[in-house]
Amino acid sequence: MRKKVWASLAAMVAAALAFSACTASGSTTSTSASAGGNVTLEFAQWWEPELPAGSLRTLMDQFEAANPGIKVKLISGPYASTKEQVVAGAAAGTMSDVVGLDGAWVSDFVKQGSLTNLSTAMTDAKFDASQLAAQVKIKGSTYMIPVANFVYPMFVNNDVLTKAGISALPTNRTEFAAAAKAIAKSGTTSGWILPLDTATPNGIQNDFMSWVWASGGSMLKDGQPNLVGNQGVKDVMAFVKDLYDSGAIAKGTFTLKEQDKVNQFTNGQVGMMVDSLAHVNLIRQQNANLKFTVAAIPTADGYTGKGALPYASWGIGIANNSKHQAEAFKLVSFLMGKDVNAKICSLAHAFPGNTGAVPDFVNNDPAFKQAFDLFQKSNLTNEFTGLPVAEDLMRSFDNELQKYLAGKESADEALTAAQAAWTKSFAA
Amino acid sequence: MTSTPTSAAPPLLKGGGKGSTAMLRKIRKVALPYGYLTPTVVLLTILMIIPIVMVVGYSMMNNVIMIKNPVFVGFQHYVEILTSDAFRNALQNTLFFDIVSVVVHLLLGFGFAMMLNSPMLGKVTKSIFRTIYVLPWLFTVAIIAVLWRLLLEPTGVINYLLMTFHLTTTQIEWLSNPDIALYAVTFINIWSGYPFYMTSLLAGLQGIPKDYYEAAEVDGASGWQKLIYITLPQLRPIIIAMALLDFIWTTQQFALIWMTTGGGPLGTTEMLSTYTYKFAFSTYQFGSAAASAVIILVISMVLTYLYVRAQKVKY
Repeated sequence: MRKKVWASLAAMVAAALAFSACTASGSTTSTSASAGGNVTLEFAQWWEPELPAGSLRTLMDQFEAANPGIKVKLISGPYASTKEQVVAGAAAGTMSDVVGLDGAWVSDFVKQGSLTNLSTAMTDAKFDASQLAAQVKIKGSTYMIPVANFVYPMFVNNDVLTKAGISALPTNRTEFAAAAKAIAKSGTTSGWILPLDTATPNGIQNDFMSWVWASGGSMLKDGQPNLVGNQGVKDVMAFVKDLYDSGAIAKGTFTLKEQDKVNQFTNGQVGMMVDSLAHVNLIRQQNANLKFTVAAIPTADGYTGKGALPYASWGIGIANNSKHQAEAFKLVSFLMGKDVNAKICSLAHAFPGNTGAVPDFVNNDPAFKQAFDLFQKSNLTNEFTGLPVAEDLMRSFDNELQKYLAGKESADEALTAAQAAWTKSFAA
Repeated sequence: MTSTPTSAAPPLLKGGGKGSTAMLRKIRKVALPYGYLTPTVVLLTILMIIPIVMVVGYSMMNNVIMIKNPVFVGFQHYVEILTSDAFRNALQNTLFFDIVSVVVHLLLGFGFAMMLNSPMLGKVTKSIFRTIYVLPWLFTVAIIAVLWRLLLEPTGVINYLLMTFHLTTTQIEWLSNPDIALYAVTFINIWSGYPFYMTSLLAGLQGIPKDYYEAAEVDGASGWQKLIYITLPQLRPIIIAMALLDFIWTTQQFALIWMTTGGGPLGTTEMLSTYTYKFAFSTYQFGSAAASAVIILVISMVLTYLYVRAQKVKY
């Protein structure tokens, strides 16, 4: 009887130990090592659904063939769910070994200690960082490397512009405003579309601040919010308000999302928009007859400096909780290699993260050729990259901009309120 | 394996064996109900109690999840939320959204149920209407949101019809105008939710004995009197239960708001659910998000208590 009791107790202790071991292993790493000694890396990203079917897996197969003993498990989902998954993984310490990143997330993950310092990883692996087009750094250390860059130029519907009696592409704000108003007057088409939905407030980054950056302006000073008294931002606000009040902007602007913008432009309901170059193929698929031109975002009148193109990236980073840092960096190096990077960018219709890579679509397609020329001539700018709670910064600015456009507060009041919200977020 | 006592065994031992068997039976009898309950208790503990306790714990910690060593801050998050204008705005919007949705759901659902229960309509007509009326219930929230976004676009079908029939001269910004966005999302929610009432009330109507109406007719009762004194009292338990459930579900409505207006424009459609989500996944303030979620939980628990009490009255 006593033996049975001891045996039962021993079994319970063993079960408890096994359970706690499982829990502990689950909380510290997401990698696994198979019996054959293979390392399996998890790679969480939203890229696979956006690339042609099977193409990312093919690249992973190439990587596995070149690196015997390393397997890659792709964990794919739409952008929004990947973000939530990465946030939850970062919180629980179960982040995938290699993660697809948006520049807007980096600061918060670094603060949380979830990302590996890639500067150290590059040094350890003797990786030539000079081949990288950009690196997202926090306090001097790299935490994200942009793999593919999606620039946001201006798209113009050629037929709509011609119908409105405008013969040349607008190059400054006065010309743009005149064109937008002329388009709006010429029929049922709107001149410009500005999506300001607060659920996904990236319209502030892509469609509003891009005008500030295009003319050499900035929303920051020494890395801190600089909105109050910022003439560059205030001028763009006045420019947008003028278009809004004149009815040149597509209606419904306060709840329009990015996909609404693309849909309306594709359907010919809007004459001009600022949008990702990644949507060129989508627009063509949905409306093969649409004739459009890709151009630089118009600058402030009289501005002669170098233009800037806003951009968003498919970035990559390594989880701090990964037990296979060296193997994970091998995957990063593979994706940033000249040929592989060119391949990914060709598939995604993006511009490369490796300075030596030239995606093939650049030479085959006039729209992409125009954009690539712009890309090479312009400064790539996205001041939200690397900022804390970047999406929330966009949202708080969005709320104030909406109040300003609705006539509920002045530009100065809007900028003061937005600055207060931003300062609070920066301090937190 | 079991052992059978031999006849050579001492009488004391035999007696002790009987006693222990009886004791085992007694223990088994007492333990049996707990054994049946165990799977439920374990599941409830894992799926409900532990998460709720964790969220309540998070709500009293500062920067929880985002930093490794969060600090206990007591009720600070609760005080901040309950005294903030944004929370009050979200609470007001949620109350409006809930009350209007529940009342109109009930009226529409009851009206349609009465119509489908009417002897004046033929079977085929009833089947056609029943199929049409139940359609909104078949769509998922995502489809409802996309559908109504398209319909209510300034250049959408609704505005086209209104302008064609000269009911308006300009394109109405249904979801983007701060003055009408809350009414628009409430309307969408009403459209998507009334079939729940309709089907439940129709079942209730069909369960009312016809004798009651025949007796009322003999007594010379009018149609209105039959409605007030027979139909509504008979449906009362169903109406109360559905109204409370609907209130709870509508309070927790997130997807529809998020996919149509995102809480905008200018916060006019901000609900407690979207307010909480933004804390968690926009500002990464999981402590505040947890506090906000606990407040919603408390509101839901009050409603649940009322629901359970109503059910007890029923039975």
